[in-house]
Amino acid sequence: MSFRYDIRLGGSGGQGLIMMGIILAEAIGVYDGKEVAQTQSYGPEARGGSSKAEVVVSDEEIDYPKAMKVDLLLTMNQKALDEYYQDLKPDGLLIVDSTFVKTVPVANAVQIPFTRIARDRFKKEMVANIVALGAISELSSIVSKKAIEAAVLSRVPKGTEKLNRDALKAGMAAAKRMRKSGPPPEADTWENEDI
Amino acid sequence: MKKRNVNEVLLQGNEAVAEGALRAGCRFFAGYPITPATEIAEIMSVKLPRLDGTFIQMEDEIASLGAVIGASLTGTKSMTATSGPGFSLMQENLGFACIAEVPCVLVNVMRGGPSTGLPTYPAQGDVMQARWGTHGDHPMIALCASTVRECFDLTIKAFNLSERFRNPVILLLDEVVAHMREKVTLPEEGLVEIFDRVKPKVPPEWYIPYEDTPAGVPPMASFGEGYRYHVTGLTHDVRGFPTSRPDEIGPFIARLFRKISQRFPEIQMGEVDQVDGADITVIAYGSVARSAKRAVRDARERGIKAGFVKLTTIWPFMKSVVEPVLKTSKVVLVPEMNMGQISREVKRVNQGYTRVVTLNKVDGTIITPEEILDRIIEVA
Repeated sequence: MSFRYDIRLGGSGGQGLIMMGIILAEAIGVYDGKEVAQTQSYGPEARGGSSKAEVVVSDEEIDYPKAMKVDLLLTMNQKALDEYYQDLKPDGLLIVDSTFVKTVPVANAVQIPFTRIARDRFKKEMVANIVALGAISELSSIVSKKAIEAAVLSRVPKGTEKLNRDALKAGMAAAKRMRKSGPPPEADTWENEDI
Repeated sequence: MKKRNVNEVLLQGNEAVAEGALRAGCRFFAGYPITPATEIAEIMSVKLPRLDGTFIQMEDEIASLGAVIGASLTGTKSMTATSGPGFSLMQENLGFACIAEVPCVLVNVMRGGPSTGLPTYPAQGDVMQARWGTHGDHPMIALCASTVRECFDLTIKAFNLSERFRNPVILLLDEVVAHMREKVTLPEEGLVEIFDRVKPKVPPEWYIPYEDTPAGVPPMASFGEGYRYHVTGLTHDVRGFPTSRPDEIGPFIARLFRKISQRFPEIQMGEVDQVDGADITVIAYGSVARSAKRAVRDARERGIKAGFVKLTTIWPFMKSVVEPVLKTSKVVLVPEMNMGQISREVKRVNQGYTRVVTLNKVDGTIITPEEILDRIIEVA
């Protein structure tokens, strides 16, 4: 059976989701050497409105270029999470920007405040998407850290390389801390329930 | 991270169109920005001046195609790119390019319509407009891409066909394909076949600009090279001057059709997969062809004998490919992001051979493989 891995990035216009999708596709496709197709969907507004980017990864020619059942869902706001959560596979990876996402549907969702990290550490909310890319490369094996770094540096404007590299590392570090502490244990019995 | 192949690039459909155009030798672009085709103009505005080419942002799409026709008459390969609203404005000059036989390439990235419609969402509603949008009897060539690599290849093909037949060629994309990025390896410089228009070999004083030839395509002189002739939108005689003589009008219009109809095999391209003895065959084009391919694969896994046809050439309609499929398939399904345009052509060719069913979606989203599979299961 052929391998297919569907990634969806959702949020609102202006959060850099399409740029994230492009960088992720370039990292996985050009630098890691897999087949990729990246698509997007957004409204006519320049900012605000829903924005979505998708990356399909495979080891063979990709037919349908949009995500079907999602292996990795990253959402930068609550609306996107509520809308797309149903498409996530049962064993899929869910990453949310906890700056804006307050209610998560599953215990094992990875909650990292990408926008707050960008705002506090770098004084630029703009790099929240790069922080999030760092987290993806730490939490998922779909893209290598070297590839994501190379792709980020090839796509960002000249003169912003250091800022973006630091943002990427901050995302990796935040995800690593999350991994160390581990997700909250899943309830396997109902014994503690008050009756 | 593996060692990087330097020829591999992540390219957007619109970027691939621009790359293909430059590779084909396009050195003039006139247009007016419009989502979802703007990237083509953006790239051409940066790259054309570096190649001694010209980019002009015109006041509207009527003027854009006018400028393209004028540039092409000087011997420069020329193009424009637009979307539905601009495509409507270009229809007048599209007819002019047909009757004056001026080669040019027009890219139309289809978005939801009518009118301003849905600037950022895909549709396939301009298929019939591509064929019949300009008035009067005329042949038309329209190609349709479904992958980023095809955006590159078909742009080159569009230029080659327009130069060969002295006819405008329309490249239809939809928003999904135009904005999609895929990893592609572009062919090296010398490996792409490029065709340039045939120029007159006779001296200027012997030149008869619209004289018939066996191919039906008269040699085309470039303005500025000493050849003088009259270019008009009026039906003209072999010297390019208006005529009202039936014995000149009839053969002229017949030649416009003949030059293309006698060479269909050079124009018509598509993909045919496992249609022999199929219980159901899906005929699709553009981004929907990708959904259809997936759905057909899933149907086969469920034991349904499903065939697949992708139309890369939309106009002239590929009767030679579709008719045999209609004769052998128990059902033919045509999914489209419109209320039924190519399905009309399939039904026209059908002549009672089999059952033709449709799947139409006009809500601004692509038809998914699941939706096609459900329809296959329903009708097969």
